[in-house]
Amino acid sequence: MSTVASKRDYSLIGRDAQAAVENGLAAAEWYHTDIERKQMKELMKRTDGPAMRDTVIWLGSLVVLGASGIALWGTWWAVPVFLAYGVLYGSAGDSRWHECGHGTAFKTRWMNDVVYQIASFMMMRNPVTWRWSHARHHTDTIIVGRDPEIAVMRPPDLARVILNFFGILDVWHAVIDMGRNAAGIVSAEEKTFIPEMEQAKVVRVARIWVAIYATTIALSIWLGSILPLMLIGLPRFYGAWHAVMTGLLQHGGLADNVTDHRLNSRTVHMNPISRFIYWNMNYHVEHHMFPMVPYHALPRLHALIKHDLPAPNTSIIDGYREMIPAFLRQLRYEDYYLKRELPPTAKPYRDELHADPAPQAAE
Amino acid sequence: MANWIEACAADNIEEEDVIRFDHGGRVFAIYRSPEDEYFATEGLCTHEHICLADGLVMDEIIECPKHNGRFNYKTGEAKGAPACINLKTYPVKVEDGAVFVAV
Repeated sequence: MSTVASKRDYSLIGRDAQAAVENGLAAAEWYHTDIERKQMKELMKRTDGPAMRDTVIWLGSLVVLGASGIALWGTWWAVPVFLAYGVLYGSAGDSRWHECGHGTAFKTRWMNDVVYQIASFMMMRNPVTWRWSHARHHTDTIIVGRDPEIAVMRPPDLARVILNFFGILDVWHAVIDMGRNAAGIVSAEEKTFIPEMEQAKVVRVARIWVAIYATTIALSIWLGSILPLMLIGLPRFYGAWHAVMTGLLQHGGLADNVTDHRLNSRTVHMNPISRFIYWNMNYHVEHHMFPMVPYHALPRLHALIKHDLPAPNTSIIDGYREMIPAFLRQLRYEDYYLKRELPPTAKPYRDELHADPAPQAAE
Repeated sequence: MANWIEACAADNIEEEDVIRFDHGGRVFAIYRSPEDEYFATEGLCTHEHICLADGLVMDEIIECPKHNGRFNYKTGEAKGAPACINLKTYPVKVEDGAVFVAV
């Protein structure tokens, strides 16, 4: 749906990757709101309680809904059951992958690691590749040519965005990557952020996963039913919509190539069910500014620093009301972005570092 | 021969915490363990050079504030991705209420 060729080169080994390094945008120093060390330590403090509670609810619900889906298979009652199962698998799995990848959800390391492996499998994200990719996303957030996790590039490919509400292109790429890694191939782009000593692990995990998916497919063929795939694999399609709906809000329509998360990330107030599924990643400016603060402490962090942040969007719908027009405008003017207005209590943006790339940036 | 440099007052660091110490254009991290012992490492994460003094000390682990790189600050050992390269450690002594680091 693009109307013009992009000026931006999103390849991690392309022109803009080199430019980001030359311009000091790679591994740059980012703006942080001042917080007293004592308060920061309190916010970063680890505990197992909240994540254990949430994980019991999450995995317990998956087991109950999965068993119900099997029991009700062949009836219409199975539809709402699998819709709920799918969201817990293909969307809550995304936030569990994310938080446990940061190592902040649980205090106990092995609990983080176990949930990370389970959620990575659900999301079809190689746990080694994506740990490194996400580290880069935090180092170089929405820096063109450096950030491997830019969900909506400019000009926006809206067909791709819509298809990904059902996981279609994401899964296609995930399957290609899994097959390639299982064949022992780590791509040139992956090598830009995965150290050599870690690359063998990428291949090992991919081979295990191929074996699991092949077994599930074989079981479906043997049973003459897609039921096994409804439980493993397909929920990554039919349950992805919530993760995409919330994930697009993280950075969609905002600035790129800046070093202040207040300009390129969005905090959105959400209903409690979405916050459970999303594990509080609606506090996204706060998360990027202080990634070692666990998800359960983000509301406290938000309360502490909101004087220095743009006002949050009041709801998911409110976020889409500003984001969709921005995407549409970027189809014609890819330099357009939404500039977040700061409250009078905030420290100003460092304009010498964030000169507006486009006169049409919205105030 | 060790070049002992006074880094800070011992009580400048809370138990199970870390502070930054700059000397000679280099950054160090000075730790006080839960057992009230003092340690020193290079001050920037070996992964992407983030200041470790902004991180979290848990028992004998320092966790980088940016990417969750974890090190044993007593030995410098990297404890897993994305931290793969060990931290340099430096001898520390406490005399007359001051922490000295051999740089």
